[in-house]
Amino acid sequence: MSILVYTESWNGSFRKSTFEAVSYASETAKLLSTDVVAISLGNVPNEELEKLGNYGVNKVISCEKINKEDAESAAEIMHNLINDSNIFIFSNTYSAKMIAPRLSIKMKAGLITNIISLSEDSSLLKVKRKAFSSKAIETVVVKSEKAILSIAPNSFKVIENSGMCEITKNDTIKTGRITVEGQETSSGKISLSEAEIVVSAGRGLKGPENWTMIEELADLLGAATACSKPVSDIGWRPHSEHVGQTGKVVAPNLYIAIGISGAIQHLAGVNSSKIMVAINTDPEAPFFKAANYGIVGDAFDVIPKMIEELKKTK
Amino acid sequence: MNIVVCISSVPDTTSKINFTDNNSKFDSNGVQFVINPYDEFGLTKAMMLKEKYGGNVTVITVGDISVEPVMRKALAIGADNAVRINTSPLDSYSTASAIANYLKENEIDLIIAGKESSDYNGGAVPGMIAELMNLPFINACIGLEIENNTARLIREIDGGQEKVSTNLPCIIGGQKGLVNESDLRIPNMRGIMQARSKPLDVIEPESNENLVESNIFEKPDAKNACKLIDANNVSELISLLQNEAKVI
Ligand SMILES: Cc1cc2nc3c(=O)[nH]c(=O)nc-3n(C[C@H](O)[C@H](O)[C@H](O)COP(=O)(O)OP(=O)(O)OC[C@H]3O[C@@H](n4cnc5c(N)ncnc54)[C@H](O)[C@@H]3O)c2cc1C
Ligand SMILES: Nc1ncnc2c1ncn2[C@@H]1O[C@H](COP(=O)(O)O)[C@@H](O)[C@H]1O
Repeated sequence: MSILVYTESWNGSFRKSTFEAVSYASETAKLLSTDVVAISLGNVPNEELEKLGNYGVNKVISCEKINKEDAESAAEIMHNLINDSNIFIFSNTYSAKMIAPRLSIKMKAGLITNIISLSEDSSLLKVKRKAFSSKAIETVVVKSEKAILSIAPNSFKVIENSGMCEITKNDTIKTGRITVEGQETSSGKISLSEAEIVVSAGRGLKGPENWTMIEELADLLGAATACSKPVSDIGWRPHSEHVGQTGKVVAPNLYIAIGISGAIQHLAGVNSSKIMVAINTDPEAPFFKAANYGIVGDAFDVIPKMIEELKKTK
Repeated sequence: MNIVVCISSVPDTTSKINFTDNNSKFDSNGVQFVINPYDEFGLTKAMMLKEKYGGNVTVITVGDISVEPVMRKALAIGADNAVRINTSPLDSYSTASAIANYLKENEIDLIIAGKESSDYNGGAVPGMIAELMNLPFINACIGLEIENNTARLIREIDGGQEKVSTNLPCIIGGQKGLVNESDLRIPNMRGIMQARSKPLDVIEPESNENLVESNIFEKPDAKNACKLIDANNVSELISLLQNEAKVI
């Protein structure tokens, strides 16, 4: 009755969201006095797999020949590896969103997404999740015997101790019905949905040429960049950066909003960030009501100063 | 082409969210319900495909009678007919099963759903329908062209996008980009008149089994008032972020 966890990798390495899911799995395993088995897809070197031991994984099954983008095959192989386990943990990332619903049907397991807490009870699974664009928190209970829990990135602390895990390989080959014909990735850039810090700017920036300072600030902070909807609509920034009700939902530790008024549709996508900072010329801008820290001031004055200060602390 | 668009009816983002019955139920009093924004892109895409290739566009919603105004709006935008599966969705599984059970009986080329619904952001229903109906599923779809029996799609992936293709029938999870926002259709007078006489069938579900149960709602902790820092004292902001908030 091990707890299973999907350890997602990107180009052969794990990210924070993976370690969050593993830490969550280890804590749940402690609660239920059992162990943790990780499933990894694609080519991940042994030294990377071994790291999982430090987060409480006892055993890793590495399926090197399964492509995580092929959700159909991924769900099938995961299902075959489950044995008698009842709980499967995911981090709520792109590929998890494709795999987990399929797997939940195969397992007939209740699926809960966007989870922000550990189970409150050891006899039944009872967890909190975000609801209504983070305007509420819902406590839900799993009725079925099996469950898939998908954790909202950045809402669970990574817990590291030194430890060892056993590694086994699974050589199954499978391909689904979707053919990939081409890929375009902005490699090296920090993924917006998982970033711990997001620097975001709006129409107050006046034009696309002024994003140089936004990118410089983001670089210094190790942050991803985002923007308001009108900014991506006019084409100043790519659509993939648009956050809010109709764009991406993000929940970083720190969200810095520069020249963004703070319309409710924008806040819907960012208001579960831990700390929000607003920088706006208008003291009446609604963002100040949502923010933890604010500067009433001109971005063209404040941002260069922030950059200068951060360079000093480096 | 037979296209089905799955539409969920969600509270408008500007609505105040409240709960009743000791915080165990969503209070829909005074709440304005709208077509889930991600589903609007899918509905417009379906209309465009129909105009190009002919066929029929059906909208389907699992819900009680209160979702009908939103379904009429979809009919006014141009869908040919609507099907309401008469039960209050209990969880993603009950919703997906109701839809899959009904659609199994029909000849369908394409099912369009949204990437997620803006109330629970579950993003689970379309993938479950895919598994229940044994269909390929392409999520976070930002481009779709049909060529004979093949769907060519662009999907968003972590940090980029991917061109993929698959055979029909398939199911997609759509979002902005599937059509341009400026192409989104809004109902006109003629559409609204016509919608009144279009078929809206009410189907009873075979069963309504759920695997997950809602227990109680709470509001997130109220935020402390915003700490304002003088624009001439940017270093203080940096130090607060480092030492007080501990986020950088
Ligand atoms: C159905 C619907 C869905 C929507 N979905 C989204 C969504 O997903 N995401 C989203 O972002 N919006 C969304 N919107 C739009 C939203 O309502 C706002 O219009 C939008 O967020 C405003 O963008 P903004 O803050 O960049 O621009 P504005 O509202 O124009 O605000 C610009 C701000 O910059 C400030 N400013 C100007 N100059 C400077 C300067 N030099 N330095 C500092 N500050 C300055 C101004 O005081 C102002 O507050 C949606 C709207 C609707 C109706
Ligand atoms: N009650 C429902 N009726 C019809 N379709 C739904 C319903 N709930 C969700 N969907 C579809 O599934 C998508 C994702 O919803 P969700 O899994 O709830 O985030 C939505 O965009 C709809 O297309």
